[in-house]
Amino acid sequence: MTTVEERNYKVIGTRPIRHDGADKVTGRAIYGIDFHLTGELWGKILRSPHAHANIVRIDTSKAEALPGVRAVITGRDLPVAADMEIDDGETSLNTMHLSNNVMAHRKALYRGHAVAAVAADNQHIAEDALALIEVEYEVLPPVLIGRDAMKPDAPLLHPEQTTKTMAYRFDPGTDTGDKSNVAGRTEMRLGDVDEGFKNADVIVEREFTTNWVHQGYIEAQNATVLWNNDDSIQVWNSSQGTFNQRQLMAEILKHPVSKIRITPQEIGGGFGGKIPVYLEVPAAVLSKKSGRPVKMMMTRAEVFEGTGPASGSQMVCKMGATRDGKITAAYAELVFEAGAFPGSAVGAGAQGMFTTYNIENVLIHAYDVVVNKPKSAAYRSPGTPQTCYAAESVVDELAKKLGIDPLEFRIKNAAREGDRRADGVQHPIMGNTECMEALKATDHYKSDLGGPNRGRGVASGYWGNAGMPASCAVSINPDGTVSLAEGSPDIGGSRVSLAMMTAESFGIPAEDVIPSIKDTDSIGYNGLTAGSSTTLRNGVAIAQVAKQAVDLMRARAARLWETDVDNVDFADGVFFSKAESELKLTFKEMAGKLMETGGPISTAASVAPRGAGPSFSTHMVDVEVDPETGKVEVLKYTAAQDVGVAIHPSYVEGQVQGGAAQGIGWALNEEYFYDGDGRMVNSSYLDYRMPTSLDLPDIDAILVQVPNPDHPFGVRGVAEISIVPPLGALANAIEAAVGVRMQELPMAPHKIVKALWDKESESNGAG
Amino acid sequence: MATVWIPSPYRDLAGGAQTVVVPGATVRQVTRNLDAAHPGFWERLVDDERDRIRAGVTVVINGISVGYALYEPVGENDEVHYLPAIAGGATQPYGSGIQ
Repeated sequence: MTTVEERNYKVIGTRPIRHDGADKVTGRAIYGIDFHLTGELWGKILRSPHAHANIVRIDTSKAEALPGVRAVITGRDLPVAADMEIDDGETSLNTMHLSNNVMAHRKALYRGHAVAAVAADNQHIAEDALALIEVEYEVLPPVLIGRDAMKPDAPLLHPEQTTKTMAYRFDPGTDTGDKSNVAGRTEMRLGDVDEGFKNADVIVEREFTTNWVHQGYIEAQNATVLWNNDDSIQVWNSSQGTFNQRQLMAEILKHPVSKIRITPQEIGGGFGGKIPVYLEVPAAVLSKKSGRPVKMMMTRAEVFEGTGPASGSQMVCKMGATRDGKITAAYAELVFEAGAFPGSAVGAGAQGMFTTYNIENVLIHAYDVVVNKPKSAAYRSPGTPQTCYAAESVVDELAKKLGIDPLEFRIKNAAREGDRRADGVQHPIMGNTECMEALKATDHYKSDLGGPNRGRGVASGYWGNAGMPASCAVSINPDGTVSLAEGSPDIGGSRVSLAMMTAESFGIPAEDVIPSIKDTDSIGYNGLTAGSSTTLRNGVAIAQVAKQAVDLMRARAARLWETDVDNVDFADGVFFSKAESELKLTFKEMAGKLMETGGPISTAASVAPRGAGPSFSTHMVDVEVDPETGKVEVLKYTAAQDVGVAIHPSYVEGQVQGGAAQGIGWALNEEYFYDGDGRMVNSSYLDYRMPTSLDLPDIDAILVQVPNPDHPFGVRGVAEISIVPPLGALANAIEAAVGVRMQELPMAPHKIVKALWDKESESNGAG
Repeated sequence: MATVWIPSPYRDLAGGAQTVVVPGATVRQVTRNLDAAHPGFWERLVDDERDRIRAGVTVVINGISVGYALYEPVGENDEVHYLPAIAGGATQPYGSGIQ
């Protein structure tokens, strides 16, 4: 087994107050909606009331004639997009689809699809103008469910789309030539799954369904855009990646990236949903047309209906095991609804589905299917909560059939360093079994449930995490503080984690580092604040800039002490002479001598890290089910997660607890309700039921720290994995409580009651 | 020589093999030699126009993701995978060519 160097940190692992805390709690933090420009107009979007319709005609003349209206646009005002592949975070689009998603061209493919936009002197005029735009639709039958969309006679969203067999999202693959809503299909195969099932003594096969859920961030999408007379475009918005959005805007608008500058404002949540562009493009075109800056902000209904939720899915999962509890084979068929355009997270879901376990024979068939719903987007470990819900339900049922404790069964089959995943890659050092063992050691695991209709469920999960490029710069200030410039929007406390790694490197307190997030012209390239990558990748850059700065300061100390730089060393925040022990200067003292020894010091680095280090997690939950109403009360929840090295334990615990809370919502309550015409009928937080603090118990987060050997501070991503296990854990707890296996999410009260009635009917019939 | 794991949808291109052994000192060379031995891989893995591994593909060498690095060194006994670039919020758009 690989060993990891133990390090004694001074700053890392402590819990300082976050640098942006005062602004956030006093309401002084500047979010996109707080930013204003002189002469600013308000933009609004006209959205399709139909889930599937040809756009026959759009007449904007009456809207244009309304006093106070400064510009009106439709899809015709956007450049003709190339049919070209482009990554958009963990889900994907090609440029043509991306352009068509931000503004429909010839077809409206989901209710809420943008068909026109207006810029006016204020919101009210803009809304009045929308009502004056005449759109003639030829309404077409919608198809809303993936399995239905796969049928040969299903209405086609994209009549020219043919199914491709592919290993990757954008490879040319093998085109079947079949016109279909199935945009792509792929498979993962390891070993011989038929042989694996032959060797099994017990086999469980189940079908599962999950519904669409939204990330549920509080701040709606917003953007303020100014298209200048020199054709430079400035954007102030809320996103998970300014450089990513700059690229997407450049693709759609056919504009050089060097002429687009994006300044990140504070962001009120994203969870993957603020990776794509939506308002930025129409706001830019409206600004160009009006000659004025244009601000746009979505309503909550627009957020639900016009942005990217997580895919719904239909899945088959089959697993087999020997009598002594060894899993011999796993099979899955995954149908993911991509929404109106191809590019669901089905590939990620497939990769993560069985990865927690060491299984020699695996076969997964995965289908990416378009339906008349919004284009899906990333949501925290995209694709994997759905697939692990299916896998963990079946794993639990296998354990039950074999009479083995579900946690022991998982430990027995857990993937360890050197085992191969379904895609053949060997696991690096990671803390999978450590999480399971940590849970086993808890009082929670050993406790009694304490009443009837109560059950305990466990589930495990995997997420691969990501690297992505990063750029940072530091400036040494004369008072011994350090200014840290970076380019990653701070969603989950990355300012403080980056500041702490900087402070650790210089041997100074975290409070002496001043982090700031720069615009795309003021810092080198940065990847998305996504993939649980921000602290990891910036940590690599920080290690480099800090070393560069320390080396420069060593040279300055050598100049002061009239010695060779090789005689000067640096440790624990002190520069010292290796030859004369009385010669030493603290970092702060040395910072005060920079001007007299050669001038200021600042350093910068850009990196493309590798070795992100995977995340594993196992959760345990106790529930009580009311058999009369089907209501599930979550009584106790413990989550153990391999977090690498917890830079700021409070924020790591927050990520674990936040993901678990979102997973509980996904498992028990949250779903898009559609009527038969494809209209979402619960597009507000009153009707889209997310858990509140009253619905949740304290969530105990156990931080298992298995340092990532490929990172200078041992970091591995911590933000996403925590949403993977809750769905399966809740399903297993409900089964343990009342004996029904819930095969559809959410496990809402009415479904549980029906399942109990069905069970009672079956037992009466059998009796 | 490097051991290349063949993605299962394309194992028919390699006669059904799960792995093949291919010479090459960089990902580019390994991919070229893979294609020479088993035609069809180059166009599936490499975007010739942009001279890069295709968007949506990530190369993994000895279990470590090296992203889109077509020019990444490959050692004599390295294990090379071409995987979907599906990590968490995570693949990058920086290969689309507009600068």
